[in-house]
Amino acid sequence: MIGYLAHRIMLMVPTLIGISLITFIIIQLPPGDFLSTMIAECEAQGESSCKEQVAVLTEEFGLDKPVWQQYLIWVSDLLQGNMGISFEYNKPVAEVIGESLYLTIIVAGSTIIFTWIVAFPIGVYSATHQYSWGDHGLTLLGFLGLATPNFLLALVMLFLANVWFGTSIGGLMDPQYVDQPWTWGKFVSILEHLWIPVVVIGTSGTAGLIRRLRANLLDELQKQYVVTARAKGLSPGKALVKYPLRMALNPFIADIGNLLPQVISGAVIVSVVLSLPTTGPILLRALQTQDMFLAGSFLMCLAFLTVIGVLISDLLLAVLDPRIRLAGGAGH
Amino acid sequence: MTDTTPNTSGNIPRYVNEEPWDANAVEVLTPAQEKFYLANQWTLMWWKFRRHKLAVWSGVLLIMTFGSILISEILAPYNLHSRNTDFLYAPPQMVRIFHEGELVRPFVYGFDYRLDMETLERVYTANKEQVQPIRFFCLGDDYEFWGMIEGSFHIICPAEDGTLFLLGTDRLGRDMLSRILYGARISLTVGLIGIAISFLLGVILGGLSGYYGGWIDSAVQRLIEIIRSFPELPLWMALSASLPVTWSPIWVYFGITIILGLFDWTGLARAVRSKLLALREEDFATAAVLMGAKPKRVIFRHLMPSFTSHLIASATLSIPSMILGETALSFLGLGLRPPITSWGVLLNEAQNINVVALYPWLMLPVVPVIIVVLAFNFLGDGLRDAADPYK
Repeated sequence: MIGYLAHRIMLMVPTLIGISLITFIIIQLPPGDFLSTMIAECEAQGESSCKEQVAVLTEEFGLDKPVWQQYLIWVSDLLQGNMGISFEYNKPVAEVIGESLYLTIIVAGSTIIFTWIVAFPIGVYSATHQYSWGDHGLTLLGFLGLATPNFLLALVMLFLANVWFGTSIGGLMDPQYVDQPWTWGKFVSILEHLWIPVVVIGTSGTAGLIRRLRANLLDELQKQYVVTARAKGLSPGKALVKYPLRMALNPFIADIGNLLPQVISGAVIVSVVLSLPTTGPILLRALQTQDMFLAGSFLMCLAFLTVIGVLISDLLLAVLDPRIRLAGGAGH
Repeated sequence: MTDTTPNTSGNIPRYVNEEPWDANAVEVLTPAQEKFYLANQWTLMWWKFRRHKLAVWSGVLLIMTFGSILISEILAPYNLHSRNTDFLYAPPQMVRIFHEGELVRPFVYGFDYRLDMETLERVYTANKEQVQPIRFFCLGDDYEFWGMIEGSFHIICPAEDGTLFLLGTDRLGRDMLSRILYGARISLTVGLIGIAISFLLGVILGGLSGYYGGWIDSAVQRLIEIIRSFPELPLWMALSASLPVTWSPIWVYFGITIILGLFDWTGLARAVRSKLLALREEDFATAAVLMGAKPKRVIFRHLMPSFTSHLIASATLSIPSMILGETALSFLGLGLRPPITSWGVLLNEAQNINVVALYPWLMLPVVPVIIVVLAFNFLGDGLRDAADPYK
């Protein structure tokens, strides 16, 4: 198991290097140098210390050096937790990102749990009642969730929640709880607001998970051992739960890798619509103002989250299913 | 014991069949069987696909939708940009055929307009006096067919001096139905061009990785893993935000399709790779190599045909994500920009909660998005089932 863990972590290194390269390219992509923009803006405001300020920044990030050196400086800064300066907020990027990233993790985590809770019974029902009306109806429902653009669903749900339950519009909690210490009221308020993004983001991922669980379970149910178990008089419920279901459960864990990027993508756009204090709106704003250090760091963090998520799912899978652990170890 | 030998004493007439005796009679196939066994692979797939009713109807629907983008100008009652400044945010008009209890040709009631002085809401009410018969196969708004031929022929137009807003109007008084019909042109082709790019990349990279194996395989696998760890939307957002602002809308359009295609090939590449890995061990592949065929010929002439159908099916299944991607980007204002009109650009107008409350018809462009995405999914499912007709 430790060998497998070490092997998996070793594999992460080239992936992370690749991710940082792509992110760096994206930071460099926009035409026009943000320093020249900054000088122009600064001089327009009639400040005298422009030149020094710029010189300091140029020095710190090596902006006058060749591109590959800039990359190395950026990466080594990143490793030390220094993600650069957000030119828009005039604050270190880490400060801007911190809180919102933490909220993003909460939203993404709850969404995945929601997806599981919904997908599990539906998947099992669809597989055991193949081609029944229930199966067709639920499949159609899943497809509808897949096909409806998240942002519009979010907008409509927000409106309905406001009309039906009087939930305040936008944000992750009622306005009076913002920046307040944790209380029971704040917690309830967050729960009241959290369900909309969770349901909306969850709809797109649920369909895929249902279909995979259904397909896996159907494959498993046709196997000889299930027939034997039934022939020997095991009750249908036991013949379903004891082995086939356990085998078919793998996608739930394995799918975190697929689900997580999808959920984070969904979270970005949905949170823009719902104006949640998560990464979405800040990322959008950063991109619109070409605040590229901030945008790049966001991208990097989101990708890093995904890599960690996949690692965790792989490890869980290895714990649950010895075949993976053994095959992974034998190959290398 | 009773006698079991047959009674030969009776005078049974001897019967001989006149027909010539055919020793292979058992093996002869019925015409239906013969047709089945002799049919080639593609015919078999078609037969199997035909049984999947939902997929067939989705296919028909998609052909019709794609057909409509050829003649959007003629189908739409108004021009893409024609503004009716007297009718801002007008609600959909209903087509009626009964006027004062009598059956008449299809018509709509005209609008009475007043501004609610308290809420400043525009209130339109149907005026039962004004009957505006809809004209069919008529001359209406001028347009340039595909930007080249001038014309003014429409299949459906409003009455002279009347209006026909079947799906309402937007904030500039532009007809939503016409704009949705024109928007199909952009939204649907984004998916097609995007998938063409991702198909090309997927086949080439997946092919290289599956056929050669070794370090090429590891490199491509790593690349796929890196790309897959980026959440798609933020990556697309970052890239489309970095398209130069000086680009003309049409260049932005191509830029966006390329961005969408550039990161979608990973699934296809994995499918190609796994198929190739399995197939290159087959005898016919070894035979081709032994006879001196170059890798390119082995891949494209011998191996590819055995799974082209799978590729088509998975490509069909990934078009929806591109259409949704474009819609999301344009909705956020990072994708296409007016005057280019796609469904996402139209939905950009429906960005705040007021729209849902006051002008819900501005959200209608989402309906074609959902229908097209569903249709592609069902079609793809049918194709995937049909792709392996020997099962």
